[in-house]
Formats: sequence, structure tokens, C-alpha cells
Amino acid sequence: MNRLKRFILLQSSPGDSASPRWPAIAGNLTLSFLILVSLFYFAFSQVTYQWAWGSVARYWYKFVYGWGVTVGISFLALAASLVVGLAFALAQRSRILILRYFSKMYVEVVRGTPLLVQILIFFYVVAESLQVRNRYVVGVLILAFFSAAYICEIIRGGIESVGRSQIDSARAVGLTRTQTYRYVIFPQAIRQILPSLTGQWVSLIKDSSLLSIISIREFTLNAQEVNAFTYSAFESYLPLAVGYLLLTLPISMWTRRLERKYRFET
Amino acid sequence: MVLDAVTLDTGDMHSLVFIGPSGGGKSTLLRIIGGLEVPDGGTVWVDGVQVSYSEADLIQYRRRLGMVFQAFNLFPHMTALQNITLPLEKVHGYSRSRAEDTGLQLLRRFHLEAHAHKRPAELSGGQRQRVAIVRAVSVKPRILLFDEPTSALDPEMTAEVLEVIEELKHEGRDMILVTHEMGFARAAAEQVVFLAEGRVVEHGEGSRIMVTPRQPVTREFLSKVMRY
Repeated sequence: MNRLKRFILLQSSPGDSASPRWPAIAGNLTLSFLILVSLFYFAFSQVTYQWAWGSVARYWYKFVYGWGVTVGISFLALAASLVVGLAFALAQRSRILILRYFSKMYVEVVRGTPLLVQILIFFYVVAESLQVRNRYVVGVLILAFFSAAYICEIIRGGIESVGRSQIDSARAVGLTRTQTYRYVIFPQAIRQILPSLTGQWVSLIKDSSLLSIISIREFTLNAQEVNAFTYSAFESYLPLAVGYLLLTLPISMWTRRLERKYRFET
Repeated sequence: MVLDAVTLDTGDMHSLVFIGPSGGGKSTLLRIIGGLEVPDGGTVWVDGVQVSYSEADLIQYRRRLGMVFQAFNLFPHMTALQNITLPLEKVHGYSRSRAEDTGLQLLRRFHLEAHAHKRPAELSGGQRQRVAIVRAVSVKPRILLFDEPTSALDPEMTAEVLEVIEELKHEGRDMILVTHEMGFARAAAEQVVFLAEGRVVEHGEGSRIMVTPRQPVTREFLSKVMRY
């Protein structure tokens, strides 16, 4: 009885460690996985559908290529959006009013409109007027500027989490504004920022699928093409889902590790 | 408005203590003197020179002072030693090795050398405040400013921090203190200022005010806080 309880329940009675033992972890993980799989199995078995994996499997290289493009684009976009997001976050703390208001307005507009619309406008209007012809460059820029609005908020939150008394101390020892950011605010804010940042990366990877509408040959577009070539439906979309999970799962596990690490260190 | 019509001429002296009820303007006055807060009006004179409250001048001005706050003085991501060497290196232009030598030497003097490489989270409240005091002293400030340095500490730690402050006073350091420790104020203050409702109610020699206050408000305050 006790053993069953120890398998099912999180042990939180005094004296017990708060995390479950490994057999309980492994067993319960497997069970959850099986439940999920059987739910899907049941759903798919209800629809009469002729699976034709063979025709799709011939195009495996398109999946691999598309997956690689998605990884590349989302990584470049993340790097660029860090720079842009930081600039917007600093602008919001600037003493120059126009910078503050511009940044605030930008963040609200970007966060309040669908990415789909932003992609279309940016690609057909902004990029066109700026004579940027390379759609991959445009794609990375769109994603970067989209994600920057969210990253700006993450960074701003991180900066604001550093208490007033820290800034007082920094001023009292005679640090300049720039030095205060560099030696006092940023090193402390990074603990707040890092976990949210990896979370944002996960969103960015999924959001990059929308770039397929401007014919960027990333993962989703390749799956759509295979779909069209083979007249299949699920056979190309299921690998798509798995492909995204392969990317997002490790990152979100890493996010949780970072969250735990920084929560205990403060 | 926190402060109103504060006129204070201290003449030459080495230790000044602000006392008074909470919200009476003690900390605000200290922060104005310390160049952390800009007054809406009026002037502050230190060593016969008027303090300029433009931000550029304030940065220079603050560098000549040493300030210790109630709590959260230290930078939590740095060790005790790094907390001391940061201003020495980045503000006062010491080389790294000279900053570290100075820091270690001071930590040793205040019996903190065992904690040099610990972060604030690993130190007790009293140790943290003592490190903060070492940091303030390390730059050889013209005046040390203490803003309720023991308010967040238990009695034992309070004692160890007050001891350090007393030692600095005997060394001849000039200091201004805001404190609720009346016994300490009495022992350490050359001059005492009693502030209430943003005004200077009474100002005079420490030994005189603490024993025979002239103003009824001061008398009432002192009898209340001394009762226990």
C-alpha cells in the first residue's frame, strides 16, 4: 500500500525529499506518454484514412533541409532580436522622451497585431520600398523585429527587478549611469532574463513557420510542398510536428533548468 | 514635501546625528547631503563650498563621500572583496592588484578577512553591514554618511556594527548618522539634530540635547523611546 502511494503521490510529508524517486519518475512519465499516444491512436483510428508513408518518405531530404533552414532562421532572428530588444528596452528607460514613447508604441503595436499581417506588410511594403530583395534576409528581419517587442519587455522586466536600493548603492559609490548598468544592473538582471529568453526562443521557432507564406523554404513550406506532391495529408504534417518538438523540447527543458538554477541562487 | 525650512549651521564638528520620529525627514536630509536626492530649493554647503546639484557635478561630489544604507548595500552578485574593489578600480582608478591589496587590508583590519570571497547571501546581516562600511571607508571619503545602518539588524549584530562605527569615530573620521539607537547617539554624537515633520526642532551639543532637551516635542520623543 505504502509502495503504491509512493509511486502515485508526490512525497511531501516532513522529512521526505520533495522530488519523487526515479522509479516513480520513469513509471509515471511512461504512463503519461502511453495515455497521450493511445488518445491519438484512438482519434486516428476513428477516421478512415489510407496511410501512405511510402510516397512521403521519398522526400525525406526536404524535411531535413527545411528543418535546417528553420533552425538557422530562428537562431539568427533570436540573435538579432536580442540586439534590437535591448535597444528598445534601454530606449524605454532613457531620459529622452521621444525614445521612450516610440519604444512603448512599437512594443504595443507589434504585440497587439498578428504576425501574419506584419509579415505581409513588412515583406510587400517595407522591404519593397527599401529595395531588400533577399527574402531570407527579410524573413530573419521580420522575425527579429517581431520578437524584439517581446524581448524588450523581458529585458525591461529584468532591469526593473533590480531594486532601487541597488541603484542607490551604485550611485553612492560614484558609478556613472553607464557603469551602473554594466556592473550592477545587467549582471543581476540576466538571472531574470535568461529563462524567459530561452522561452522566447521556443516561440520564435514556432512563429517562423508563418514565413512560409512569403515562400521562405523553411520546415513548414517544405512539408506543405511534400503534401502537394504526394496528395497526402497527415504523412507530411506529422513529421513536421515531430521536427518542431525535437527543437523546442530540449530548449524548454533547458529553460526549466535555468529557472530552477536562478531561483535557488538568489 | 518631506522637508521644509531646514536651516542648520553646524560649524566645525566631527560627528552629527539626526534623530526624530519616522517620516520626519532625517533620511531625506541625509540623502540630500549625500547627493542622492536633489532638493527643490535651498543650498547645502560642505567645507565652505556650495554643493552643485547638477548630475555631472553630483557624480564627482558623491565620490568624495562614503555612504552606508539600512540594508541591501552590497551588490549580491559580487564577493565581499569585489564589492570593495569595484569602486576603487572603476571610480578611483586603482589598478586591480592595488585595489585588492587595499580591500584585503581593510577587511583584515575589521576582522572580515575570512569572508573576503563570500557573496553577501553567505554573510550575516552584521557582516554585510561591516563590509558595506569597509567599502565606504576604502575610498578615504571626506565624510561618512550612515542612513539607519542598524535598523534591519538584531541587537547582537547592531552592537558589532556600532562598534565599527565608534572605532571610525575615534580614528577621527567625520560622519553624519541617522539612527534610532539613542544610547549610541548619546555616546557618539558631537552634535544632535532633532527633526520632526520636516523641520529642525532642536539642534545642539549631543550631550546636552540627549539629557536636557529644551523643546517639548524633543522631550516627549526622547522620553518615549528611552522608556524601554
